[in-house]
Amino acid sequence: MIYREAGQYKTTYQADQQLFPILQDKIFVLMLLGFAFFAVPLLASEYLFRAILIPFLILTLAAIGLNILVGFCGQVSLGTGGFMAVGAYAAYNLAIRLPDLNLIVVFILAGLAATVVGVLFGLPSLRIKGFYLAVATLAAQFFLDWAFARIGWFTNYAPSGSVSAPALTIFGYTFESPVQKYLLVLSIVCVFTLVARNLTRGAIGRSWMAMRDMDVAAEVIGIRPLYAKVTAFAVSSFFVGLAGALWAFVYLGAWEPLAFDVNRSFQLLFMVIIGGLGALLGSFLGAAFIVILPLMLNQLPGWLGISMSTALISHIEFMTFGALIVFFLIVEPHGLARLWAIGKEKLRLWPFPH
Amino acid sequence: MNIFQQKWMTNALFVILAAGAVAPLFAADTRLPQWIEVVLGGLMSGVLYSLVALGLVLIFKASGVFNFAQGAMVLFAALSLVRLMEKMPFAVALAVTVVIMIGVAWLIERLVLRPLVNQEGIVLFMATLGIAYFLDGLGQTIWGSDVYTLDVGMPKEPKILLENVFEGGILVGMEDVIAAVIAAVLVGLLALFFQKTPTGRALRAVADDHQAAQSIGIPLNRIWVIVWSVSGIVALVAGIIWGSKLGVQFSLQLVALKALPVVILGGFTSVPGAIVGGLIIGLGEKLSEVYLGPYLGGGIENWFAYVLALVFLLFRPEGLFGEKHIDRV
Amino acid sequence: MNQTLKVKAAAVALAVAGALGAAQDAMAQANEIFVPVLVYRTGAYAPNGAPWADGFVDYLKLVNERDGGVNGIKIAYEECETGYATDRGVECYERLKSKKPVAVNPLSTGITFALTEKVAADKIVLMTTGYGRADSVDGSVFAWNFPFLGTYWDAADMLIQHVAKKGSLKGKKIALVYHDSPYGKEPIPALEEHAKKHGFTFLKLPVTHPGVEQKATWLQVRQQRPDYVFLWGWGVMNSTSIKEAIAVSYPRLQIFGGWWSGGEPDVLPAEAAAKGYNSITLGHSSEKDRPVHKDLMKVLYDKGKGTSAKKEEVGSVMYNRGLISAMLLVESIKSAQGKYGKRVVTGEEVRWGAENLSLDAGKLKAIGFDGIVQPLKTSCTDHAGVHRGRVHTWDGLQWSYTSDTYEADYKLLRPLVQASAKKYADEKKITPRDCSKEK
Repeated sequence: MIYREAGQYKTTYQADQQLFPILQDKIFVLMLLGFAFFAVPLLASEYLFRAILIPFLILTLAAIGLNILVGFCGQVSLGTGGFMAVGAYAAYNLAIRLPDLNLIVVFILAGLAATVVGVLFGLPSLRIKGFYLAVATLAAQFFLDWAFARIGWFTNYAPSGSVSAPALTIFGYTFESPVQKYLLVLSIVCVFTLVARNLTRGAIGRSWMAMRDMDVAAEVIGIRPLYAKVTAFAVSSFFVGLAGALWAFVYLGAWEPLAFDVNRSFQLLFMVIIGGLGALLGSFLGAAFIVILPLMLNQLPGWLGISMSTALISHIEFMTFGALIVFFLIVEPHGLARLWAIGKEKLRLWPFPH
Repeated sequence: MNIFQQKWMTNALFVILAAGAVAPLFAADTRLPQWIEVVLGGLMSGVLYSLVALGLVLIFKASGVFNFAQGAMVLFAALSLVRLMEKMPFAVALAVTVVIMIGVAWLIERLVLRPLVNQEGIVLFMATLGIAYFLDGLGQTIWGSDVYTLDVGMPKEPKILLENVFEGGILVGMEDVIAAVIAAVLVGLLALFFQKTPTGRALRAVADDHQAAQSIGIPLNRIWVIVWSVSGIVALVAGIIWGSKLGVQFSLQLVALKALPVVILGGFTSVPGAIVGGLIIGLGEKLSEVYLGPYLGGGIENWFAYVLALVFLLFRPEGLFGEKHIDRV
Repeated sequence: MNQTLKVKAAAVALAVAGALGAAQDAMAQANEIFVPVLVYRTGAYAPNGAPWADGFVDYLKLVNERDGGVNGIKIAYEECETGYATDRGVECYERLKSKKPVAVNPLSTGITFALTEKVAADKIVLMTTGYGRADSVDGSVFAWNFPFLGTYWDAADMLIQHVAKKGSLKGKKIALVYHDSPYGKEPIPALEEHAKKHGFTFLKLPVTHPGVEQKATWLQVRQQRPDYVFLWGWGVMNSTSIKEAIAVSYPRLQIFGGWWSGGEPDVLPAEAAAKGYNSITLGHSSEKDRPVHKDLMKVLYDKGKGTSAKKEEVGSVMYNRGLISAMLLVESIKSAQGKYGKRVVTGEEVRWGAENLSLDAGKLKAIGFDGIVQPLKTSCTDHAGVHRGRVHTWDGLQWSYTSDTYEADYKLLRPLVQASAKKYADEKKITPRDCSKEK
């Protein structure tokens, strides 16, 4: 009843093509942003910031990057962890070797470094398709893991290969408390979600989607596969690299190549698929599902006052997590974002569905 | 771009790789028996990778599912067997485990595949990830998460051959040889099964086109149960061989990662591809680690396998033996 | 149609319920000291992690049951599963931080690296018994890290002493087969230093996580024929190494493991192959007969209160290490109470306690740990307290000592520790404390 667009007339193309053509959506998103920026810092506990919200937001950013590649351009990649590592180590080296460089610039340059590497490993996608490509991108993952473990220069010759990030100081302001870090990450994620939204709406996004739906057909109508696929890898790797730099600098603080191992790649792919391919909202929902659900399952027995051995809790966590993945896929193979869209559709008709 | 499609380029690739494999022999400090040992070791490891890859290929062939749960199935099968062996003789335990794996296959078909029929490949892939998590948790809940020793009487000590020809002889691990023989037999049986039996033909029909197969009266669901069961039994064999090598423990499922470059190199849909792919990957890995590794700081075999597969894919995008895919608009 | 709708609605409801979650209660009990127990009882490293965790928890239980706590203050604890993953470990730490813990012992070098900075800010002691950063021995820089009983550099040093006794190392070849992670790389600087001093060739052979496939590594060993192989593995990598060594006919008498490569889970899967395999150990082996074990049986296991499902696990190498880790924590609390009063102490006070811990032979005997812990005394300049170990050998059924006690050579290691700590301090802009003024 409330969610109804009757009476909202669009008289210009501009109005029709705006980001949120429905007024209620606009209000809802603004309220959500307001809540995230103003209410959450007042309400949430330190644990919530440090252990849930910050990793959730950073992984969302990485998932958005991967979604551009997998969901919009149809190129399945399992090298995401490696590209995150490129971002993290590029940021580390820039920060340690050019200490006067502004950290925002460092993050952007880290993203660009990942872009270069991503494009390089993306080139085979012109020949290799589907699951073959997915497994082939593991070459990037394992090679990069190895390179960061073996080449001393990347880790500034740290004997153990573990490095730690310098303080987060931007324009003379140091981000120290969890709330500050949260707001920093939230701002970055918001800005880049907007960027991703506009890219995917534009001509380039359309060429990606054409590529995804049928590459031969897309080529026939004049979309150059080289251009479309390489740009998708470039943009995707930029996001992922940026997320990697944030993961290292903001969340972990000190890390080793193992922090970006192949499990991270898989985890991000889960997020994108569970959340919904080709939907930015899906990246948020998927990240929430993958980050928060295992933690909740792990703590649930404690909240319910059931005492169980740690091992059993973990095993049940695994089983429930696996079962829920299958359950959600059966209910809606197109991901959580589609569930959301269906809900919205229903709401539009409610309470008179006929 | 199309230079990759030229036949002579593919041949050139083989020549270059073969040259690369033999090259260490011309280095000053390489001795022939050592090189032979490395080659043999590589081939043996390769056969073991093939075993895991085989399970993947079977399922992909018959249902188009990239089964990520293969590693979890290897672990689950091996865990079941080793814990049952504590209570009953080996043969009985083996039979019970086979029944368990068939039960698992039936449940997977019922609860996961049937509701997801006709979905995209990536959705099915994701579903098998869910299965992998579930099996991991279930296996550890029922059977425990310790290390269990699996002794099926494999000889441990190596044999030294040709001692009178070379100084020091050539070392061959008997365990590896037996594993290789078992794998070869299994592959032969599977090939026969696929080519000669009616079920095998039905499987191939399903692999080609689900709907067409169904329309001519092939019971899709039963076929899936069969293929997942066969794959479960292959997992059990892999679990026994790897388990007697490593001890049955959680890490066993990580051997699945070793099978991935094998399947893309050989082709997702080819049983012989899994074997040849395994041999090439095993060989490439060991030769690169032993002869190239020292110059690069070591630990390169992991990514080298994938890079090798990637190079092959550039020339043969569907793997060496994969079915050629023709895109139509 | 209707039914699918219902299912979908249920899915939405589930998702919403999931998103909301439940609020956390952060109620710290007034008269208890809280200790988080970061463990891994599942996953690839569970066979080693579970007995350690059992030993750790059992000792806390024992102190509560037998002594009524530490000087009357009960110890509250909560386990949290990390699965040996750094990000899950950090999450566990953050989760349990609200309960005002005094000390944490994560049993993972990766998590230790990630927590090193956090604990200093949160004022929680980071105890790393026999692992962690080797340079954190230097308490002037690493005020909150306590690598009790010794570091990997100590272990490497003692192993070198052990093999040097068998004949001069000049011109010999020693290979390090290591887990390719910060844990496995830690001993390298110490071994390189020794290679310079003794004049042996040092070979590095990394094994990629998780280490299920090592044929190439051991073929290299066969090719290079090193005089000794040091094994720095963890989990499945250890047993695989031992097996592959047999497959290439490398004599296992020439293989020496670090102390995380010398527990029962490492040798059992290798069965007979492991017979004669040596590893350095932290002053303890698989003793089951110390007074503390008898107390554990009497107070916990005979009443069915033990943590481990199998009684036989009590006294295994990993179990004992967990037990000793918990004992050092409890003694640090006692030491803090000695200065600040017999009450609930804070993290800062426990830090002082850990830095001024003195356990002589008499004290160890009194708490039932004689023979499995070397007497130790910590200070601002030495956060490990003791740098001793012995070599033990697996005879196919059990471990037994086969060497005297060695003491790591700090004339050689001290400059390395200080250089590394200084580099860290410079990077992090930490001003080292002046140890002569600490009391």
